[in-house]
Amino acid sequence: MTMQQKEHPESEEIYVCRCEEVTLEEIREWIDRGYDTVEELKRVLRVGMGPCQGRGCQDILMREIAKKTGKSITEIEPATVRPPAKPVRIGLLAEEGEK
Amino acid sequence: MTEWKNTADIVVIGGGIIGVSTAYYLALNGMKNIVLIEKGTICGGSTGRCGAGIRAQWGTEMNCRLGIAALDIFEQLDQELGMSVGLNQGGYLLVAYNEKELETLRKGMELQNSLGIKSRQINLQEAREICPGLAAEDAVGFFFHGRDGHADPFLTTFAYLEAAKRLGVVCHRHTTCTGILVENNEVRGVETDRGTIHAPVVINCAGAYAQFIARMAGIEIPNWAERHEIMITEPVAPGVCPCMLMSFSGNYYIQQRPHGSIICGMSPAGHPEDFENRSTWQFIEEMSKTLVRLLPRTKGIRIARQWSGLYDMTPDAQPIIGETDVKNFYHSTGYSGHGFMLAPVAGKILAQHIAGKTPDIDFSMLDYRRFARGEHIRESNVV
Repeated sequence: MTMQQKEHPESEEIYVCRCEEVTLEEIREWIDRGYDTVEELKRVLRVGMGPCQGRGCQDILMREIAKKTGKSITEIEPATVRPPAKPVRIGLLAEEGEK
Repeated sequence: MTEWKNTADIVVIGGGIIGVSTAYYLALNGMKNIVLIEKGTICGGSTGRCGAGIRAQWGTEMNCRLGIAALDIFEQLDQELGMSVGLNQGGYLLVAYNEKELETLRKGMELQNSLGIKSRQINLQEAREICPGLAAEDAVGFFFHGRDGHADPFLTTFAYLEAAKRLGVVCHRHTTCTGILVENNEVRGVETDRGTIHAPVVINCAGAYAQFIARMAGIEIPNWAERHEIMITEPVAPGVCPCMLMSFSGNYYIQQRPHGSIICGMSPAGHPEDFENRSTWQFIEEMSKTLVRLLPRTKGIRIARQWSGLYDMTPDAQPIIGETDVKNFYHSTGYSGHGFMLAPVAGKILAQHIAGKTPDIDFSMLDYRRFARGEHIRESNVV
């Protein structure tokens, strides 16, 4: 970390979604443009679309939407849960299918 | 929340790529007071669930004309809309597995060539240069068009939306159309769960739900919804499947995105028509077997996610574009699984027509009354 960044912590890049490398700044910018649902932010930024499927970032995303829109976090819809629960190797599924 | 007004000059129903691009081109053609309504979120329906392929290799003249015109637009869309749409032209590689299919694809190629689409037949060795590691010894022929490829459906829709908003289009999300106002056989506006919007022109771009919107105005269209499944892998190094690898008889499409993930789908037997975007384990098992057979090196790659979406089907797998028996009530529906790739030109030509200009492509044959007249020609190149 450089001295300049230490003096200006807001200029540091905070990664909310590590799978798809989406920063807090990008998320805030798109919420301001009216993309204030998890589904839309996911589509425009790919946040939560990596192999972890949003396990690491969805709570932060929902909290940011709640803060910006003044809603309670319980009013923010999470993203649709899509299978498989964890990434599965194609070879494994293809072999299992033979049995 | 955008300010609600109970009058507009034009109401567009549907916040998928067709509705959003149509609204943009209407504004671009000088139309004012355009309101777009969407029952959920923008790009939350079939557009955001699609396979993202774009191609000009079609089997009917109309689809070829629309396909190549859409490619022309896609190629300069980043510049026009001021935002990247994720265009990647790795080509479409079509695989034939029997003589009959080879003949159908060859006829398609001749038609495409006559319309300026430079598709060509290639052999297995050439196919492997385009798609390394391809194991398709049982195939009898291959066809390729290098300008085909992929664009990002999310980014394309949002790029059109942002450009439309800059031109004054108003967008109401979370607004469901509950009725179409008709008087003396002319459209007068829409009823929604948030109130009425009076408007002299209404355009139905509701995808798989367009059949229900049409019925609200007393119009019957022969569309039906088909659920299609799809899946995507974790991102891996490029070069696994740089082109869209597709077969109609083989029943698959597979393509690696520039982002690194591989997206693929196939048509399930039966095509459930339940309007539920459910996923099945049978699909990922069947799709995995196809992947390992065609591209053995995908074996170690992991599937990140599976989902499904709805095709808005018509009996000839070609769209319905144009005015209905109710004056100034228009349709832009029935894209039969190809709405995303045709949207740029579909939005443009309908907007030109509504603005009183001559459309770039005469779409009069896409009138919905063709089905009653028995005039439709079935598109053969569909997965």
